[in-house]
Amino acid sequence: MIPYDKLPHTPIASVNSVVVKTGAWRTFKPVINYEKCIRCMICWKFCPDVSIRLEDGSSYPAQSERIKETIKEAPVIDYDHCKGCGICAEECPTKAIEMVPEEK
Amino acid sequence: MVRMLLTGNKTTAYSAMRSRVQVVSAYPITPQTTIVEHIAEFIADGLMKAEYIQVESEHSAMAAAIAASNTGARAFTATSAHGLLLMHEMLHWATGARLPVVMVNVNRALGPPWSVWADHLDSISQRDTGWMQYYVENNQEIFDTVIMAYKVSERPDIMLPSMISQDAFYLSHTVEPVDIVEQEVVDNYLPPYDPPYRLDVNNPAGFGSLVMPNHYYEFRYKIAEAMEKAKKYIKEAAEEWYEITGRDYRGLLDCYRCEDADVVLFGAGTMMSTAKEVVDWMRAEGKKVGVARIRVFRPFPGEDVRKVADGAAAIGVMDRAYGFGRGGAFFNEVNSALYNHRNRPPTKNYIIGLGGRDVKPRHIRAIFNDLLKVKDEGLDEEFRWFGLRRENMPEEEI
Amino acid sequence: MVKLTIPEIELMSPGHTGCQGCGATIAMRYALKALGEKTIVSIPACCWAVMPGVWPNNCMRVPLLYTAFETTGASISGIKAALRALGEEEVTVMGWAGDGGTADIGMQALSAAAERNEDVIYVMYDNEAYMNTGIQRSGATPLGAWTTTTPVGKTKFWERRPKKPMVDIVAAHKVPYAATLSIGYPEDFVKKMKKAKEISGFRFLHIYSPCPTGWKSPPQYTPKLAKLAVTSRAFPLYEVEEGIYRVTMKPKKTPLKEYLMLQGRFRHLTDEDMKELERDIERRWKELLLKEEMTAKLEELNE
Repeated sequence: MIPYDKLPHTPIASVNSVVVKTGAWRTFKPVINYEKCIRCMICWKFCPDVSIRLEDGSSYPAQSERIKETIKEAPVIDYDHCKGCGICAEECPTKAIEMVPEEK
Repeated sequence: MVRMLLTGNKTTAYSAMRSRVQVVSAYPITPQTTIVEHIAEFIADGLMKAEYIQVESEHSAMAAAIAASNTGARAFTATSAHGLLLMHEMLHWATGARLPVVMVNVNRALGPPWSVWADHLDSISQRDTGWMQYYVENNQEIFDTVIMAYKVSERPDIMLPSMISQDAFYLSHTVEPVDIVEQEVVDNYLPPYDPPYRLDVNNPAGFGSLVMPNHYYEFRYKIAEAMEKAKKYIKEAAEEWYEITGRDYRGLLDCYRCEDADVVLFGAGTMMSTAKEVVDWMRAEGKKVGVARIRVFRPFPGEDVRKVADGAAAIGVMDRAYGFGRGGAFFNEVNSALYNHRNRPPTKNYIIGLGGRDVKPRHIRAIFNDLLKVKDEGLDEEFRWFGLRRENMPEEEI
Repeated sequence: MVKLTIPEIELMSPGHTGCQGCGATIAMRYALKALGEKTIVSIPACCWAVMPGVWPNNCMRVPLLYTAFETTGASISGIKAALRALGEEEVTVMGWAGDGGTADIGMQALSAAAERNEDVIYVMYDNEAYMNTGIQRSGATPLGAWTTTTPVGKTKFWERRPKKPMVDIVAAHKVPYAATLSIGYPEDFVKKMKKAKEISGFRFLHIYSPCPTGWKSPPQYTPKLAKLAVTSRAFPLYEVEEGIYRVTMKPKKTPLKEYLMLQGRFRHLTDEDMKELERDIERRWKELLLKEEMTAKLEELNE
């Protein structure tokens, strides 16, 4: 709660929403089976919550070594923000993503 | 000094030119139309450099002005009556967004029935919007007030929009001598708009998002606080303008011969010029009358009203608008200022001049005589619709 | 190196409060990728006015001006005029309004901005109802849809009017570019958005963005619906550039029923009802192809 004399005149919003952990909304969470993943990045492409990052893929398996070598990145789910909508699992061409119930 | 013979509307256009406004949103409505026409001519002739948006409604005129102001440009628009009403939503918006938009309103009656003539209900209906609100009595005052208004509105600790109202036809279409002051002189007085916040790709932020009840109240308080603070800055801006031009707008109330008056008449707009003339005539006859013209309505000059009440034995308040509640707006606010004050002379409300009905000197004289009667015999009635046509109407009201 | 088919840059942060599977958030993400950092967005009352977050949170990493419901066309005109006055002409100005805020209450300001050929991009992201206020019918609600103000009831009170053809209406204002986009085809989306960015004058983009909450569809099917809408021809992808129509995707037709039955808001439709919808869609598709054919001749006039 901000006292009135410390407020700007008008609400100016400049705090990056990344502080809002929408991952708490989930009832199902996506789990990537990297052995099936062909690094097409379709999951990254469709995510409405910008919750799939492209990270250094060297420590992740892939469907083949060739894929892993030519494409250096791997998609990684940001569980702080992923809402569990299931779009990534639905769109994945190799069915490498499974929606798993969140444990409570 | 740059003296010209100008209508109120052309004066308004010159004030926008001198204020170096950067974005003008224009929509026509009688009797404001020539304001936006003159501005268009100035721009077309290269005398004024501003972006001119021929919007499709007054609501959009204010929306565009707000957006332009939030982007960091000095924005201006003008309207009247129904146009002002149409943009009512956006007037509230400009205030909440804390933007220094300046607008000239030509006070015109509301329909139905259709009327194009002078009446204050259009701007009175906006008194809750949080705009700083001025009422002028002559064309020179339009010019001076627009420039002073930008100066006050754009203060980083104020950032509230300003509305300057002029009477339809009495000012908008009537020619008076006006000093439109050299551009360099105005430039010296009014520097370029330096916004404390704006839409900036180098510093992205969101303006106007959702606020929960835990903070909305505080944002509203800040508007009230700024409005109070503005009183001081309006006087300062007027002081500085006085030094440059010799024209004195240092009072939020324009008090004319009030100091030793027995009765004082409040009101706004051109009818107060008439009232000042009548004051002189009646003073010559030994009657101690005075006029307190409400020049600044928002922020409301409560302290100044109290000072007048300290001297006067009866107060009249003329309202050129009626809100169909308990008395006119000016009457209510004057009363409210005096209720908890130690000196509370009787106050009487005169509803007058609606729809452009002329307020003649003999009407003012009759009102002063009536007030003098109130002073001597006490208040007879609180509200008087002065000049209401009825059977056996008194001479003085015709 | 990964080869991405759309730009990698993210100008939208996670943590926004859009529903799970919200098509409109996918749309904004793509739009910002295409337009880049030098963009100012104005958003009226709609879902997107709430999704960036409660103050002081903001998922947008470009400047954002919230504006009143009906004012998007006027707001973006004002921003652009100010940028010109300040000499910052290279900034792209985009209005981002819902279907209600465009086809209904925003029509006046939109039409005026289009008529003045304001140098701005106007996006109507279309979830086919007033979703932010709880799924009420708008001018863009399609034939046959359930909404809270066109409920099914006992008298078959569902939506009886087809969608307002916004691209055609705006194109009739003689603007340089108007197009439909679908979040189901991100590459086409980004391509059209980038194309729009480079054009001067008024550009209108009608984006199809499924709403799982309002359409009663499973959230994971949002891109699938966005594709089926196009392939069933319920929402054809086309552009109108200087009056010339071009259908940008002529897919093999998929059955309308497949598209409709994934959405709870069409569940009440009988096979008869769906045939009526099919007829309407076929008719519009044929009209569109005819327009493409006819306006191709305008090419000569434009030279």
